[in-house]
Amino acid sequence: MASSHGTPPVFNNKVIAWIDHRLPIFSYIEKEYHTFPTPRNFNYFWNFGAIATVMLVLMIATGVVLATNYTPHVLMAFDSVERIDRDVPQGWLIRDLHMNGASFFFIAVYVHIFRGMYYGSYKAPRELLWILGVVIFLLMMATAFMGYVLPWGQMSFWGATVITSLFSAIPVVGDSIVTWLWGGFSIGNPTLNRFYALHYLLPFIIVAVVALHVVALHVHGSNNPTGIDPKGPQDTVPFHPYYTMKDGFGVVVFLIVYSLVAFFGPDMLGDAANYIPADPLVTPTHIVPEWYFLPFYAILRAVPDKLGGVIAMFGAIAVLFVLPWLDTSRVRSSTFRPIYKWCMLLLVIDVVVLGFCGANPPAGFWIPLSQAATLYYFFHFLILLPVLGKIERPLPMPPSIADAVLKKKAG
Amino acid sequence: MVATGALGAVGAAAVAWPFINNLNPAADTLALASIEVNVMPIEVGQAITVKWRGKPVFIRHRTEKDIKEAEAVPMSELPDPQTDNSRVTDTAKKVRPEWLIMIGVCTHLGCVPLGNLPGQDKGPYGGWYCPCHGSAYDTSGRIRKGPAPLNLAIPQYLFLSDSLVRIG
Amino acid sequence: MRRLIVSGAIALAALVTGAGALIIGGGAIAAGTEAHPPKRSWHFQGPFGTYDRAAAQRGYQVYAEVCAACHSLSLLAYRNLMELGLTDNQVKGLIKDIVVPDLNDDGQPIERPARLSDSFRKPFPNMAAAAAANNGKAPPDLSVIVKAREGGANEIYALLTGYVPFDKLSPEQIKEFAVTKDDNFNTYFPGHKIAMPPPLADDKVTYADGTKATLGQQASDVTEFLAWASEPWMEDRKRTGVRVILFLLALAGLMYAVKRQVWSDKH
Repeated sequence: MASSHGTPPVFNNKVIAWIDHRLPIFSYIEKEYHTFPTPRNFNYFWNFGAIATVMLVLMIATGVVLATNYTPHVLMAFDSVERIDRDVPQGWLIRDLHMNGASFFFIAVYVHIFRGMYYGSYKAPRELLWILGVVIFLLMMATAFMGYVLPWGQMSFWGATVITSLFSAIPVVGDSIVTWLWGGFSIGNPTLNRFYALHYLLPFIIVAVVALHVVALHVHGSNNPTGIDPKGPQDTVPFHPYYTMKDGFGVVVFLIVYSLVAFFGPDMLGDAANYIPADPLVTPTHIVPEWYFLPFYAILRAVPDKLGGVIAMFGAIAVLFVLPWLDTSRVRSSTFRPIYKWCMLLLVIDVVVLGFCGANPPAGFWIPLSQAATLYYFFHFLILLPVLGKIERPLPMPPSIADAVLKKKAG
Repeated sequence: MVATGALGAVGAAAVAWPFINNLNPAADTLALASIEVNVMPIEVGQAITVKWRGKPVFIRHRTEKDIKEAEAVPMSELPDPQTDNSRVTDTAKKVRPEWLIMIGVCTHLGCVPLGNLPGQDKGPYGGWYCPCHGSAYDTSGRIRKGPAPLNLAIPQYLFLSDSLVRIG
Repeated sequence: MRRLIVSGAIALAALVTGAGALIIGGGAIAAGTEAHPPKRSWHFQGPFGTYDRAAAQRGYQVYAEVCAACHSLSLLAYRNLMELGLTDNQVKGLIKDIVVPDLNDDGQPIERPARLSDSFRKPFPNMAAAAAANNGKAPPDLSVIVKAREGGANEIYALLTGYVPFDKLSPEQIKEFAVTKDDNFNTYFPGHKIAMPPPLADDKVTYADGTKATLGQQASDVTEFLAWASEPWMEDRKRTGVRVILFLLALAGLMYAVKRQVWSDKH
């Protein structure tokens, strides 16, 4: 009848107790975010989930404010964004934070994903947690793609044209799908309007999936740098105040980097061409997506066949979904996997190389480089992971987290 | 610890401020908060309507007869007693009885009264007449008969010269 | 602590990758036949730079007397000129001869004197008319031109000063770029043949403040004006940025102290 988690906490405050007896939000917070036993050996990589959540809230808050002034019509969109920058009180600040917030949201999520891959956080029993995360990543990419179209600059228009046109590669129904996506015979007003509606909607779906993601996390608790499960209270600390304060510190440091870019280099991560109003009759010399899409863009262009490129690009994300089953190693954390540690580093370098490939026109040496980098990306997931898990000899692992921490203090 | 909390609270307030302030009128809206009208072209006995802050503003160049009629009305006859003099004074306290400047919105339920354009029914008091529910205003824009409770509102205005008036 | 540095390094790597990819990508884009615009020092560059208001006022004069015949500045309003240090009466004086289109009470199009609240007058009613009047190439709106070019202010200045008359071209250039007498050759324009004839010349305008109006001076002043026009809130942004960074540094220091204190029994 009362909370089904054993003895409910007793609240001294009568108002809180009254509410909690009817809707146990306070006991929930008490259990999940105060006393919740969390491994004591987190490093700063573990901050990035909280940082990503802060960025999500920031994006929604700034986004709603922008929505009160934006006009989703092809004749007025560009000017309405400029009006926000120039005339709306502190409009430039809100727009700047939203624009650069997207980039920093992706930075936080990429670091968060790296942590998950390096420390084996996707392995049993956290496979569904990982998959929910990939779903969030996909929703973020859709949201960001549609959001970039809204200012209706040259890159907005032509980037959208290129990416939506991809679907025409699908045999038989491809062209119908593209016409359906566009709501017309090219990117136009119907497309802009629906992208605006969906861009406003999707973040709230992301919030819902993030909630599921956190619920899934709390079933078995967090992973930790050793990959060894906590065996008792000597291995854990209560989430508050240990990790609330550490996360708080990490968030502030992240915000410093974010502020440096937002206030002193606001257009650094963007493309100058997007300050030219969209012109369907003039194609920019180089169509480039935002930086966080560059590796996937490179993979898309690496395959000479149009349909092949589309399949490869979506395949690059699809492999993430099945990662828990591709990795055959019985050891979670790369800390104890001497060879895999280097493979992870190579993967990061590979993705960075793919990013550079995506930023440059597909000509000269960039072509064989993108192809090699794409092949290596799939090699890592489809061949290296399954094989390495079977043949690698892991380093000796300490019996528990507490032992690992004590050893580190002594050593 | 307390210092951190205090600093954090200050930070939170500083962050919240732009989110609240952005709903305040934007610079382009504020630019239209006041308008300047050249009244020289308005003949005696003529009236024009200008748009100000989204509302109609009546500017009538009153005749001597209009002014005398307005000044002769005893306060006891007025549902909303106001002297004609007080209704033609600008923010610099200068009285120009020949210029009546009013917000052309009936104080009953918001219709735009007739009487500004030539040929329109000026109503029984020679001023304005609201066709919606029959409110009748006199040559000073004061309510005389009908359901409207108040006289037609006078906006803040200032004559920058004899021919140029700034409204708002 | 080492982990902090590692995570910071990864985040920084992501940032550098993003910026680097765009810089290299941008470099690749610009590496056509035209030269890279030389870097000039601008009054507004750097984290503490501000706009040179005197230069921007002169730049407005150049815009109004030379550029406004063909280039619109439609995202700005005349009232914005007050941000350059002019009073409302001074701006009214500047715009007293400008007429803008409007509708009269009968709904018919008329032209009336410009007010402070009006947007800058467009020389052509729309882009198609602008193109038709200019050999098929519409002169772009200049409201955000400095942000719309990779090279920013450097590129705009280089373009304005980068014209080479036909008789000063080498035979190799004429052959390589197929330049004819009727083309306008510009060192810094992609493809070198720009539709706009050289807009500036020495003493084309007479500055109100008496500054010598060389071509270079006019180019520099109008670029300063256009930089301001592209981002009037820049000084606000930098000032706020300094305060935000200082605040966050202080908060970070305090948060770190709190974190160490909380973890002191576990370390």
